[in-house]
Amino acid sequence: MSKVLEGLLYSESHEWVKVEGDIAVVGVSDFAQKEMGNITYVDLPDVDDDVTAGEDFGALESVKAASDLIAPVSGTVVEVNEALEDEPELINNDAYANWIIKVKMSDKSELDALMDAAAYTKATE
Amino acid sequence: MKYYDKLIFELSKPGRTGYSLPENEYGRCLCCELPEGLKRAQAPELPEVSEIDVVRHYTNLSQMNFGVDTGFYPLGSCTMKYNPKINEEIAAIPGFNGLHPLQPASTVPGALAVYEGMDKALAAITGMAHFTFLPCAGAHGELTGLMIMRQYHMSRGDLARTKVIVPDSAHGTNPASAAVCGLEIVEVKSNANGLVDVEDLKPLLGPEIAGIMMTNPNTLGLFEKEIKEIAALVHECGGLLYYDGANMNPLLGVVRPGDMGFDIMHLNLHKTFSTPHGGGGPGSGPVGVAQHLAKFLPETRVSGFNGNFGVILRAYAYILALGRQNIKFAGKFATLSANYIKECLKDKYKLPIPSICKHEFVYDGLINDGADKAEDGHGATTLDVAKRLLDFGFHAPTIYFPLLFHQALMIEPTETESKETIDEFIGVMRRIADEAAADPMILRNAPHNTPIRRPDETTAARQPILKYGDQ
Amino acid sequence: MAGFAYFPHTGDDIRAMLDKIGVKSLEDLYADVPQDYIYKGEYDLPDAMSEQQVRDFFAGLDAKDAKLKVFVGAGAYDHYTPSVIPYLTQRSEFITAYTPYQAEISQGTLRYIFEYQSTICKLTGMDISNASMYDGPTAAAEAVRMAIACAKKKPRVLLSKGLLPNVLKVVETYSKFYGNPLGYIEMENGRTSLASLRKELEAGDVAGIIVPAINRYGIIEDYTGFAEAVHEAKGIVVEYCDPSALAVIKTPGEWDFDVAVGDGQPLGIPLCYGGPYVGFMACRKDYVRKMPGRIVGQTVDADGKRCFVLTLQAREQHIRREKATSNICSNESLMALWVTVYASLMGPEGLKKVNGLSYAGAHYLHDQLLATGKFQEVFPGVPFLKEFVLKPLVSVEKLQQKLLDGGFFAALQTEEGYVSFCVTEKRTKAEIDALVALVKEV
Repeated sequence: MSKVLEGLLYSESHEWVKVEGDIAVVGVSDFAQKEMGNITYVDLPDVDDDVTAGEDFGALESVKAASDLIAPVSGTVVEVNEALEDEPELINNDAYANWIIKVKMSDKSELDALMDAAAYTKATE
Repeated sequence: MKYYDKLIFELSKPGRTGYSLPENEYGRCLCCELPEGLKRAQAPELPEVSEIDVVRHYTNLSQMNFGVDTGFYPLGSCTMKYNPKINEEIAAIPGFNGLHPLQPASTVPGALAVYEGMDKALAAITGMAHFTFLPCAGAHGELTGLMIMRQYHMSRGDLARTKVIVPDSAHGTNPASAAVCGLEIVEVKSNANGLVDVEDLKPLLGPEIAGIMMTNPNTLGLFEKEIKEIAALVHECGGLLYYDGANMNPLLGVVRPGDMGFDIMHLNLHKTFSTPHGGGGPGSGPVGVAQHLAKFLPETRVSGFNGNFGVILRAYAYILALGRQNIKFAGKFATLSANYIKECLKDKYKLPIPSICKHEFVYDGLINDGADKAEDGHGATTLDVAKRLLDFGFHAPTIYFPLLFHQALMIEPTETESKETIDEFIGVMRRIADEAAADPMILRNAPHNTPIRRPDETTAARQPILKYGDQ
Repeated sequence: MAGFAYFPHTGDDIRAMLDKIGVKSLEDLYADVPQDYIYKGEYDLPDAMSEQQVRDFFAGLDAKDAKLKVFVGAGAYDHYTPSVIPYLTQRSEFITAYTPYQAEISQGTLRYIFEYQSTICKLTGMDISNASMYDGPTAAAEAVRMAIACAKKKPRVLLSKGLLPNVLKVVETYSKFYGNPLGYIEMENGRTSLASLRKELEAGDVAGIIVPAINRYGIIEDYTGFAEAVHEAKGIVVEYCDPSALAVIKTPGEWDFDVAVGDGQPLGIPLCYGGPYVGFMACRKDYVRKMPGRIVGQTVDADGKRCFVLTLQAREQHIRREKATSNICSNESLMALWVTVYASLMGPEGLKKVNGLSYAGAHYLHDQLLATGKFQEVFPGVPFLKEFVLKPLVSVEKLQQKLLDGGFFAALQTEEGYVSFCVTEKRTKAEIDALVALVKEV
């Protein structure tokens, strides 16, 4: 069984969001990392790039798969987790401790469209 | 096969020479005359080796390779048939090899006759009107065919047709070729029998549809028997039908794509027409069209000169050897062999679609993967079966494709394998299934007898070493 | 049917197999095919030929083709092929193998591709090479989409008008359907113009440019200032190169360019009426994720032995499907082996010598032709390597026919109305003198 963390919001495409004021911290769920297998590369956006909810902002690669990262909210990238550039396996080690980007949200109401832990658990059963 | 661990660069010793060239008798000197600003600063660090170093090195490398001449190669969707040796002799004729691609037509009537003869022969075999020979591979042919499809619509001022329908069972190159051709992909689902779902197709058709790409038989090895209705529906909506010729082999000498209503198609000369795969190329992917599209052929300049002439020569030699007498059996024998294997192993491997197949078919993994015999509860997978086959001197089937089944194992024997070879393969596949049931670790740790064992692909991707000297 | 060498099935085999399947005849295996699609006619093909008939048939065709001394380049160069190369590349373990998907029994292919990638990197001065592509022009077309993918949101790619005509044509065909706009950089005294480039960059929509190392006039380009201008505009520079010449002329790496493409044919691949050749593509490591085509990498096996695998496959079409920016699925593996063996035999000294001989022969021919008084120089004083153009003062048709009659393919007419000549190390001084003697008679 994959782990689902309470207190986070989840998208159908398996990204999680932790809300810190205007900032959304974004990562991928434990379910997503398990599906991918050994992650070999994380394609990150640049700071100051704009992201749009529902559109891709980067990608994960494993040996035999590639998966787009879909932005759960719209806004501007304020920080990217550069540690993932050299150690993409951090996501396999702990998908929740290793966030991918931080976004300054332009429309917080987009958060309403995301699932809570209970709903996401159900969705990935 | 034995392990050999050298790179040609590691054999280098300054001052050694592997070439033999004439002396400069012109009294001109590149090194003294070329302006400094245009010169390379330091000579490239290429190997400095003698001729025998080169010959031994590559001979040793070749001995770590498995080819059709080594043994049975049941790789699904790849049609690994025997590569006749007379074809190689024809392709090596010095006269052909000395022709410059821009020579005037009057000086190359022989070479032109090869193209004319191939055009006529492929038209007879497929029911198409004419072919272009510029594409160098199957995927290259797909792209060329889609260009012709778009050109047809554009020439009619029908600019809205920007979408192409691709079945979910299609080769990965189909959607990629469409994307590169500027087309949007609409996926049509397969039904429970593994065929294009006509009911799912109907609502997708409309004024934006440029056409449909179909592989028939499809990647499950099943003949799309609703093709008549599909062709009528697509044509009625104004679209064209593209035939992916990757799976043409079972129809060779039996059914012509042109008769099924296809407007455009490609052939893989390196599959259906016996030219060697060369470890991944060169191939040739000629594209044929119905008469009404023939005028668009010259507009698709997709490669530098005349396509892969050397490959076309080989295929022509094969067709002439087959002739009208033998061609009638090529597809049928391929289909016979595939169905025979399918029936002989279905008590050991899951057969999701039991109907008659064409040149290939798909199992969905082992019936008993031995999970109950493993300490960690994991049984043997399709990958493990594939790796274990290598220990017995067989190439593995295609695995994990098509994507419709999780443990897909796709087997294509071709018409050039004897019953004895096929029976031996069946025996080994049965033995492997029994091993899995008794002790899956034998498979999970396979291969055991190859020059190397399973490579660490994760490290290869995380810390790429892509050339000599990276470390 | 009578026996046929490529079909091992005997009557007994067929019956036994049909019995196991549970059908009565071969035709029953096609019961799922609508019966009106079963082809009932006689195939309009010749009668089956015996092996000797096949051999005689092609010998007959070969006899019809003129055997000419080639003094034309234009993208296909008549360099010498050492006998070791066809000998080794014909080994059945190489030629009858498929793509090396099963690494455990494909270390031969994987190792030579790794060596090929290393060779291309050494020649171009780039960090990473893919496992090869169809040919030079298609590699250039792939580079267009790569530039667009790298640049994010800038759609236009500029092409030097000095690129070979067939490179321009293939790139234009691909771009027309992919839907990306192209622009052109003008020529100035036989070379790609920096002023014209600067003007085009002003629009701010340029993802990258493609320029030739040696252009369609045979002239060695001088790209001082090009990399700076394009990088400042946040674009990438792709150089289309003759890999043989890169042993002596300034490399794309030295010009600070980003991508190198071209055709490997000059590395000892026979003319063969245009193919098979081999396209190459190499880039700076920053761009590896955007580079199309397969790549081989080094790793270790379960026992820690050095080995090689296909790697970074997540970039490729079979995984990306409709999100792919390239549909290339194979490479030209055997031709990659061809050029790798060639580069190993030649080494740095051999390649230098090949270029030196070609240069010396071409300059000798150039001067001899001018001395006939039948031509004018087009770009005096601009350095060329093995190929050059002249302005003809006589009828081109008569000139070409005279040369053909004498056994020479030379004086290819260009779009500008010049005639083009090329000399490689395969041509001898005696051949050049004979050619010039014929020209004098025109």
